[in-house]
Amino acid sequence: MIALFINWVEGEDTVPVPEKDSPSRNPGREKRHSTKVSNRVGSSSSHTKELTLLYDVLSVVVCLTVICALLVTVSWLPKFGSSDNPAENEVYTRYVESELREAGAVNTVAGMILDYRAFDTLGESNVLFVAVVSVIILLRADRKGKNHTLNLPELATTPEEKPDDEILRFSARILIPAVLLFGIYVVLNGHLSAGGGFSGGAILGGAMILYVRAFGVEKMEKIFTFSTYKWITFGALMTYTLLKTWSFYTGANGLESGIPLGKPGAILSGGLILPLNICVGLVVACTMYAFYSLFSKGGFGNGQ
Amino acid sequence: MGSNLTSNYFEVTAVICFSIGFTMLFLNKNLIKKVIGFNFMDSSIFLFLASNGYITGRISPIITNGSVASENYINPIPAGLVLTGIVVSVSVSAFLLALTTRLYLRYHTLDLDEMIRLSRAEDD
Repeated sequence: MIALFINWVEGEDTVPVPEKDSPSRNPGREKRHSTKVSNRVGSSSSHTKELTLLYDVLSVVVCLTVICALLVTVSWLPKFGSSDNPAENEVYTRYVESELREAGAVNTVAGMILDYRAFDTLGESNVLFVAVVSVIILLRADRKGKNHTLNLPELATTPEEKPDDEILRFSARILIPAVLLFGIYVVLNGHLSAGGGFSGGAILGGAMILYVRAFGVEKMEKIFTFSTYKWITFGALMTYTLLKTWSFYTGANGLESGIPLGKPGAILSGGLILPLNICVGLVVACTMYAFYSLFSKGGFGNGQ
Repeated sequence: MGSNLTSNYFEVTAVICFSIGFTMLFLNKNLIKKVIGFNFMDSSIFLFLASNGYITGRISPIITNGSVASENYINPIPAGLVLTGIVVSVSVSAFLLALTTRLYLRYHTLDLDEMIRLSRAEDD
C-alpha cells in the first residue's frame, strides 16, 4: 500500500496519459473544478480512485496525529494566565520597568518594537517592500506592449476604469475623510495608545482602496502613480535607516545622540518613535494600495 | 496527558485551528483554498503567542498613572512577535496569490492535479 502511495505521489505510471490539449490554444475553456473527493481526479480508472481514497485517509490520519501530539504538548504547558509562566521572565520585567525611562513611549509595545528592536521592524518594512516587488515581477506581464497590465478577460474582478455607482461615490465622499483622519490619528498616536505604524498604515491603505473603487483609476492617477509609490517607499525606508543608524551608532559608542525624549504622554515624545511610526505607516499604506492595484489590474493604472 | 488541558483553552483552540489549516493544505486541491488554509495556520499561531503573554488580572502594557511596576502589566513581547508574524503572513499570502494568478493564466484551472496533468501533457 505504502509503495503504491509513493508511486502515485511520484506519478510514475498510475497517472493516465491525458489527451493533448494545450491550454494556450484553448483559452476560453471553462472548467469548474469541484473540490469534492469524487470529482477530483479526472480519470475514471479504479486504480487511481483507490489511491485518491488512500491519500485522503492517510492525510486525515496524519492530521489527527498532529492534533493529538499538539494537544498532549499543550496539556503539559504552564497554566494560562499564571504569572509564574516561564515566558514572564526577567526580559519582560526589564522592558516594562525601564522602557519609559529609556525610550520614553507610554505604549510599551511601541517602545519595544521601534526602539529596542528597531532593526527587526526595519526588516519587516523591507519584507513588505520585497513582497510588492515580487508581486510586480509576477503580475506585470509584457514589457513590449503599450499597456503594462495583464488585462485578461478571465480575471473577472478587474474594476471598471470609470465606475458609475452613485451610492458608493456618495458614501465614499462621507467616509474617506473620516477614515483618513482616523488612520492618521492611529499612526501619530502609536506611542501613546494602542496603534502604531502598521495598523494605522493599513487603515490609510483601506481609505486609498475605497477611493479608487469609488472614483476610478484616472482620478487616483492624478495623485498616486507607480513613481509616487516608489518615491514614498524609498524615502520612508531611507529615513528610517538613517535615523536608526544615527541612534545605533551613537548608542553603541556611548555618545550623546542629542535626541530629546520629551515628556512621557505628550504627542512630541518618545524620541525617534514618532518619526519611525510615520515612516512605517507610509510604507504599509502604500503597500496595501499596491497589492490591491496589482491584483485587480496588474499595475498601477495605464499612465505609467 | 498533563493536567492543564482544560485551563489552557486558548492554546487548545490555537492548536486545533492550526491542524484544521494543515488539513486544508492536504485535502484541498484548489490553490486558493490552500492559501486560505495557510492563513488559518498563521492566525492560530498568533492566537497561541498572544495567549502566552497574558497574565490574569493585569492590564495591557500601556503605562497608566505613571506606574512602571511590572506587576501591573501583561507581557509586551508576544505582541511584538505577533506584529512581525502578521507582516510576514500578509507578504507570503500576496506572493502565493500572485503565483496562483500566474498559474491560472497559464493552465486556466486552479486544480493542482489538473495543472500537473496538463504540464505533463505538454512535456510529452
